[in-house]
Amino acid sequence: MADSDVRLMKGNEVIAHAAVRCGCDGYFGYPITPQSEVMETLMELRPWETTGMVVLQAESEVSSINMVYGGAATGKKIMTSSSSPGVSLMSEGLSYLAACELPCLVVNCQRGGPGLGTIQPSQGDYFQACKGGGHGDYHMIVLAPASVQEMYDFVSLAFDLAFKHRNPTMILADGAIGQMMEKVVLSEQQPRLTDEEIAERYGDWATCGKGKRKKYNICTSLFMNSEDLEEVNLRLQAKYRRIEAEEARWEAIMCDDADYVVVAYGSSARISSAVVELAREQGIKVGILRPITLYPFPVKPIADLAARGVKGFLVAELNAGQMVEDVRLAVDGKTPVEHYGRMGGMLFTPEELLQVLKDKLIK
Amino acid sequence: MANVEIKQENLVYAKPRLITNDEMHYCPGCSHGTVHKLIAEVIDEMGIEGSTIGVSPVGCSVFAYRYIDIDWIEAAHGRACAVATAAKRLYPNNMVFTYQGDGDLAAIGAGETIHAAARGENIVTIFINNAIYGMTGGQMSPTTLLGMKTATTPYGRDAQLNGFPYKIAEMMAHLDGATYITRQSVHTPANVRKCKKAIRRAFENAMAGNGYSMVEVVASCNSGWKLSPVDANKWMEDNLIPAYPLGDIKSTTLPK
Repeated sequence: MADSDVRLMKGNEVIAHAAVRCGCDGYFGYPITPQSEVMETLMELRPWETTGMVVLQAESEVSSINMVYGGAATGKKIMTSSSSPGVSLMSEGLSYLAACELPCLVVNCQRGGPGLGTIQPSQGDYFQACKGGGHGDYHMIVLAPASVQEMYDFVSLAFDLAFKHRNPTMILADGAIGQMMEKVVLSEQQPRLTDEEIAERYGDWATCGKGKRKKYNICTSLFMNSEDLEEVNLRLQAKYRRIEAEEARWEAIMCDDADYVVVAYGSSARISSAVVELAREQGIKVGILRPITLYPFPVKPIADLAARGVKGFLVAELNAGQMVEDVRLAVDGKTPVEHYGRMGGMLFTPEELLQVLKDKLIK
Repeated sequence: MANVEIKQENLVYAKPRLITNDEMHYCPGCSHGTVHKLIAEVIDEMGIEGSTIGVSPVGCSVFAYRYIDIDWIEAAHGRACAVATAAKRLYPNNMVFTYQGDGDLAAIGAGETIHAAARGENIVTIFINNAIYGMTGGQMSPTTLLGMKTATTPYGRDAQLNGFPYKIAEMMAHLDGATYITRQSVHTPANVRKCKKAIRRAFENAMAGNGYSMVEVVASCNSGWKLSPVDANKWMEDNLIPAYPLGDIKSTTLPK
C-alpha cells in the first residue's frame, strides 16, 4: 500500500474520505456542530469530478433525510450525517426509510442534550438510535466506532449491512470520536455501481425509472388495510430477528478471567480500556466488553459472562443510563449490574470509573 | 356492470395507455383524475415512461402511484421536492416530477418547495390547488380564501384568527432557479387542453436542464366544498380563479 494511504485525520474527515472511497453515490447534509467537517471535507474533495458522487447541502435536516429517502429509493448508495438535534429532526424520515426497507447510512456524531444542549460529546442518543426515535416498530442497524480507524472502516461496513438487509444503518459516534485526530489507513478506491448494474441488481424494488421492466416499482409505506400493514410489520420483525441472529459484533478485552466487567461503547470504551490495567495493578480482575453493534445488541457474550459467574457489571456511558437496560436484560438478574454516567458533555476518567466500580460492586 | 362492447368506429374516447386499471378513489367531480390523465398522456407522447419517476404526496393524491404506469416514490408529508431533488441529481437524464396538493405543498412543504426551486432543480411540480385539505376531511389550507367555510373555519376563514391566504405561483416566480411558472385549470375542455400544453412545456423545460417548473392547477374539491360537481366548477370560476388568476406567470431561462 502506498505511503500516502496512511494519514492523520479527524474522525469526521475520515467519514468523508470513506464515503468517496467505498463508492457512495450521494451525500445530503446540513451543517451542525460537532460534525460539520463531514460535508466540508466532501465539498473540498469534490468527488463529483472524480467518482461522480453527488454532494448537496440541504436547507434542513428534514430535507436532507428526505433526500436520502429519495436517493435510496432509486437503489443508490446514499448517506447523511448530523448530530443529535439534527437527528431528532430526521426521525420521521428514518421511520419511512425503515418502513420502505431502504438501505442508507446515517452518521450521528452525538452531542449533549436534551434540547439545544451543548456541542460537547455525549452518548445520550442510545435510546433514540436503538429503540426507534421515529414512530412505529422499526430498527436501524447501529454501529458504534471507538477510533478514527473504525469511523473509516464502518462506513463501508454500514453500507454492506444496509444493502444486505435492505435496512437503514446508523454510525452512532460522538463529538469526541468525530473531533479527535488519529492515524488512519485509507482503503483503495472502489467503483460506484453503474445505473445499469443498479437496475439489474435492485430491479425488484428500486424506483429508478421503469426502463425495460414490465412492472413499475412503488416505494411506499402506506397500507390502509390493517391486514396488509400487519403483514408488512411481521416481515420487518422477521428481518430484525435475522439481523439479531447474524450481525451482533463486540470486542472482549481481558474478559476471560475477569471478576468484574465494564460494558462500554464508543468513546466511553476508549476511556474504560485504561481501567483494566489500573485495576489489575491493584489485584482487581477487570475486563471490558465493548459492543460494536448497539443494535443488534451483543446479548450472548454478556449472558455468557453472567452465566460464567462474573461478580458484577458496570455499564459506563455518557448518559443517565440507557444501554444499561439492555445489559440488565442480557444478564437477566444473575449478577449485579450497575451504571455510571456523566452528562452534559462531561467525560469520566479511568480513575473515577475504577473508584465507582469499587464503591458500587466491590464495596 | 354489464359488459358493453364498443365498436371501433364508435370509439370517441379511450383511457390513456399509461393510466392503470386500478379503480380511482377520487370523488366524482374531483380534478385529480383529469390532471392524472394529462400527465399520463404527456409522458406517453414524450416517450419517457421508462425514465420518469413520479413523487406522490400525502393528501388525496397519495395514491397517485396506483394510477400511472411509471416508477413512483411516495414522499412524507410535504417533502416531495426534497425527495425529487435527490432522484433527479442521481439520475439527471430521468424526468422527475412531484404531484402535490395545497396542504402538502403550501403548508407543511413550503420550505422544501421553495428551496428546490431556489436551487434550480430540474424537476417539475404539479401543484393541485383546491384551497382545502381533502384527505383529512376538508380543513383550512394556506390557500383557503377569506370567508371560506372549512372544517377548521366553520364560520369562514377570518384573517385575524387564521391569517391570510397566499399565492404560491406568484411567490415561486420570484426565485431565480424557477424558470417556468404557470397557473391552469381543468374545469372546461379548453382549459384541459391548455393545462396539458403547460404540463408538456414544464416537462420539456426540466429535461432541457432549465431549472425548476411549476404547473399550479386551480382545482375543484366538490366534496370538501360541499357542492355538486357542477356547482363546484361554478364556485371555482366565481371565487377561486379570481383570487388565483390563470395564465403563465414566468417563462424564462436560468440566469447566467
